[in-house]
Amino acid sequence: MSVHDITLTVNGRKVRLTVKSNELLLNVLRDRLLLTGAKYGCGIGECGACTVLHGRECVLSCFIPAVCADGWEITTAEGLSKDGKLSVVQQAYVDKAAIQCGFCTPGMVIASTALLYENPEPDEAEIKDYFRGNYCRCTGYAAMIEAVKVAAMRMKERGCDDEEL
Amino acid sequence: MRTELNLIGKPVSRHDAWAKAKGDQLFSDDWSMPGMLFGKVLRSKYPAAVLKRIDTKKAEELPGVKAVLTAKDVPVNEDVTKFGQMRDVGGGFEGLYRVLASGRIRSKSEAIALVAAESPETAEEALKLIEVDYEVLEGVFDPREALKEGAYSVTGDGCGNVIMRTKICDGNIEEAFKKCDVIVENDYETTPNEHAYLETEGGMGWIDENGVITLRVGTQVLEHYRTIAKVLGLPHNKVRNIGVPVGGGFGGKEDITVEMYIALLVQKTGRPVKMVWSREESIESHSKRHPEYLHYKTGATKDGKILAQEVSIVMDGGSYTYLTPWVQMYSTFAAPGCYKIPNVSVKSVSAFTNNTFNSANRGFGAPQVNFASERQMDEIAARLNLDPVELRRRNVLHDGDRLPSGHVPRGHIALKELLDKVNKELNRSSKPDRLPDGRKVGRALALGHMVYGRLNFLHDSSRVSIRLELDGSVTLRAGVPDLGGGQASVLAQIVAEELGLEIEDVHPYIMDTHLTPLCGTTTATRQLYMSGNAALKAAVQMKEKILEKASALSGCPVNMLALKNRKVYSVIEPETISIPFVDVIKHLSNDGEVLENIAQFNAPFTEVPDLNDIKGELNPDITYTCHGVELAVDEQTGKIELLRVIAAADAGRVINRNSCEGQLEGGCVYHAWWPTMEDLKQENGITMANSFSTYLIPTAADVPDIESILIESGGGLGPYGAKGIGEPADNSIAPAVVNAIRDAIGVGFNKMTVTPEKILNAVLSFKNKE
Repeated sequence: MSVHDITLTVNGRKVRLTVKSNELLLNVLRDRLLLTGAKYGCGIGECGACTVLHGRECVLSCFIPAVCADGWEITTAEGLSKDGKLSVVQQAYVDKAAIQCGFCTPGMVIASTALLYENPEPDEAEIKDYFRGNYCRCTGYAAMIEAVKVAAMRMKERGCDDEEL
Repeated sequence: MRTELNLIGKPVSRHDAWAKAKGDQLFSDDWSMPGMLFGKVLRSKYPAAVLKRIDTKKAEELPGVKAVLTAKDVPVNEDVTKFGQMRDVGGGFEGLYRVLASGRIRSKSEAIALVAAESPETAEEALKLIEVDYEVLEGVFDPREALKEGAYSVTGDGCGNVIMRTKICDGNIEEAFKKCDVIVENDYETTPNEHAYLETEGGMGWIDENGVITLRVGTQVLEHYRTIAKVLGLPHNKVRNIGVPVGGGFGGKEDITVEMYIALLVQKTGRPVKMVWSREESIESHSKRHPEYLHYKTGATKDGKILAQEVSIVMDGGSYTYLTPWVQMYSTFAAPGCYKIPNVSVKSVSAFTNNTFNSANRGFGAPQVNFASERQMDEIAARLNLDPVELRRRNVLHDGDRLPSGHVPRGHIALKELLDKVNKELNRSSKPDRLPDGRKVGRALALGHMVYGRLNFLHDSSRVSIRLELDGSVTLRAGVPDLGGGQASVLAQIVAEELGLEIEDVHPYIMDTHLTPLCGTTTATRQLYMSGNAALKAAVQMKEKILEKASALSGCPVNMLALKNRKVYSVIEPETISIPFVDVIKHLSNDGEVLENIAQFNAPFTEVPDLNDIKGELNPDITYTCHGVELAVDEQTGKIELLRVIAAADAGRVINRNSCEGQLEGGCVYHAWWPTMEDLKQENGITMANSFSTYLIPTAADVPDIESILIESGGGLGPYGAKGIGEPADNSIAPAVVNAIRDAIGVGFNKMTVTPEKILNAVLSFKNKE
C-alpha cells in the first residue's frame, strides 16, 4: 500500500504525517493525534458523530481518506474552546441542557458552529435542515435547536463577529 | 429542620456537561494502552445450523495474531443468565448463557470464535482464515410457527420452543362478554426495533500487576463482572470493570456485550485488548425489542363502559432466553391498559426462534401492549360512535382502583389529569382538518402506564457513599452506570440539597465495580428511585451528625438548625448563630468522627408469583403518561408528517428539570417513528437493515414542536416523591401516532410497520368503499 506525506493544521497546530492511502481522517485524528472528540458512529457518513470543520465547513471525517485532507485546516470539538473556556456554541449546549449521553455532542457542536458561520441568524427550519446529517438518539433534538438559537442570539447581542464563534 | 428546597426541581447543569461539550469526555473507544491488541469476533454465517468443525490453524499462523479462541478455550462456556441481581430467582427466569457457539447454532449473530491481533486489519484477516463447517438447518423465524406441534426445535432438546407461559385473570370473562353490547376484536403486531445508540459496543481490558482482569467497558450492568469471573474461572474479586460513561444504552447494553470477549482475550494473551463493534455488527448482534403478536377482544356496554377484556400475546424471544421472561412479565402486567376493567384475562407465551435474541429495549415489554391496548380504545370508540377521549375518561383508572392482579398501585394515579391536559392542549390547535396544500390532518392521543423499579421478587437494592472532605467539599461514590440520563449528577444534586451545598461542591465518582458501592443496574427506570433514595439516606444520616456537632458548638438545639448556603445556621437567629459548613467538618475530623457514610436502600421484597395465576404486586409503582399527536397525511403519496407532539407525564416530583424534560422529549422521539419508519427488515433470521442508511431513525428535520407537560403529584416512591421517567417517556407515543393516522384518513392500522405504501393503499381502498 502506498504511503504519502501530508500536512494538516489541526486546532491551530501544524502537523506533518506519513499516512497510508487507505487511512481515514477520523483514524488519524483519533489514533495518531489523540483527538478523540470526533467519534466513530457508523463509518459510512450517515450519523455525523465524526463531524469536524474543514476551514469553516463541516465534513465527515470517517468518509475522507487522510491523504485527501493534505493542506487542510481542521478544527475538532476540542479546538473550539479557548484556554479551557467553552465557545459560544458549546456554552449554549450546556445552558440549554442539549447534552445527554454526549456521544454525538462533539459532532453536533461542530455542525452548529459551521451553520452559524454560514448563516448567523438561522430560523428553526434552517437549523433543522442543517442538522439532517447529525443523529442524536437521546435528546429528541429540541434542546439542540434551542441551543443554536441561543448561541446566535448571544453572538448578535454581544456584537461578536464570527471569528469569535 | 426542613427548610425550603434549594436545588430540587431546578434546571441544573450536570457535572459532566462541560467535558462533553468540549469533546473531552472519554467513551469506551477513546482509551488505549501501549502494547494493546485488537479483538474481533467471528459470527455464524447461518441462523440455524450445527457447528460440525472449526479449524483455527491458519488464523493462528498469520503473523500478528496472538490468540484465537473457540468454545473449548473458554473455562466455563455455559452458565445461566444473570442480570446483576443478587438473588437467585430460578424457575423459568434464568436461561442458558453460552459464551461461544458449540453444537447447535441458534442465530446468525452467534459468536463462534474470538481473535486478538496486533492490528484491527490483521484480526479481520484472521477471521477469514478460520475454517468452519456447518450443517445448515431449516430454522424457524416466526414464534407462531415455533409454537406449533412438530416445529423445528431451536434449542435441539426436542422439548418444544416455549420459553415461558404466564397468565393474569380477574373476574369472569365469559359471563361478562354476554352482558356486553359491543365486542371488538383485533390482531396487533409490533416490530423489533433497534436501540441505535450512537456509540457502538466497545471497550478495553488488561491484567493489572496483581493479576486482576481489569476492564474499561461502558455497560448498563456493571454487575456482569460476576458472570465474567465465573466464565474465566476466577473469584469475583479478581475481575473489575472501571466503567465509562455510556454513549446511549436504552436497554441494548443491558446484556453482556464486548466485556466477556475482551476478558477472555486478555486472560489468554496477558496483553491489553481493545474491541469495538462496527455499526453493522452492533445492529446484527445485540438484542432487539420483542416483536409481539397480540389478540385483543374487548367488550363494552353501549354507554361506553368496558366490562371485559381478553388478551393473548405471543412473543418472539429469539435465539436465547436472556431477559425474555422478565419482559414478558411486564407485557402481561401492562396488557389490560390504563383502565378499570372488572373482567380480564391475559395469557402470554414466549417462544424461541432463530432470530437475533430479543431482550431489553426502553419500555421493556410495555410499549408493545400499550400500542395494542391504546389502538383498541380508538377502535372501540369508533364502534360506539363515541369520542375516544370520552371513552377513556369513562374507564380510566383512579386512585384506589385495583389492577387485575389484585395490586392497588401505591402512588397517585394521574391518568385523568393527564388525559384532560393533553386533550385541552391538542384542541387548542386551530388547524383545519385539511391543510391548504391538501393534506389531511389527524389528531389523537394515547395513555400509558409503565412500572419503574425492578420486579419485586428480584429483591433489588442500591448503595451510595458520601465522604466529607476537609475543605467542605463532598466526594460521592456510586457504582451507577451513567447512560446520559444524568443518573450520576442527580445523586450529587440530592446530596447537595440535603447538606446545604451547591451542586458543584459534590463530585460524583462513579462506575467502578471494586471502588464504588454497587448501585445495581441502570435499567428498569430504577436509578433515581433506588440510588436516589440511597443517596438521600446517606446524606440525611450525615446531616444528623453535622447538625449534632453544630449544636454542640453553638448551643442551639438540633431541631432549630438547618443547612443552607454552605452554612449551618439557626432558623430562629440566622444572623447570630451561623457556622460555616467547612468549620463543622474540621471539628468532626479533629474529634475523630467517621467522615464517610454508606447507605443502602432496599426496594419492597416479594416472592416469585405463581406464573399460572399472577397475583399481587409485581413492581413497586407505576409512572403514567399521555401523548397527543397532530399530523398530516398526504393522500397522494401516503407520507405522514408530525406537526405537533404533546408529551405529558406525572413525574411525581421533578428533581432536575433539565433532565426530566430531556427524558420526555427524547423518549417520545425515540418511539414516535417506531410504528411508521424504523424497520429492521429481518428475513429468515437475517437483519437486512444493518446500517444507518437502511435502518432509518428520526433526524432533527423530522421532529415537530414537542410540548412537555410535567405533573408533579408528589406520589412517587423515589426521593422527594419522584417517579421514574426514562422508559415511561416513550410508552404512549406510538399508539398516539397511529390513532392520529386513523383520525386523518379513517383507517386504523394494527400491524407495524405502517409504511407510506400501506397508507396509500388504505386511502385508495377506503375511497373505493365510500
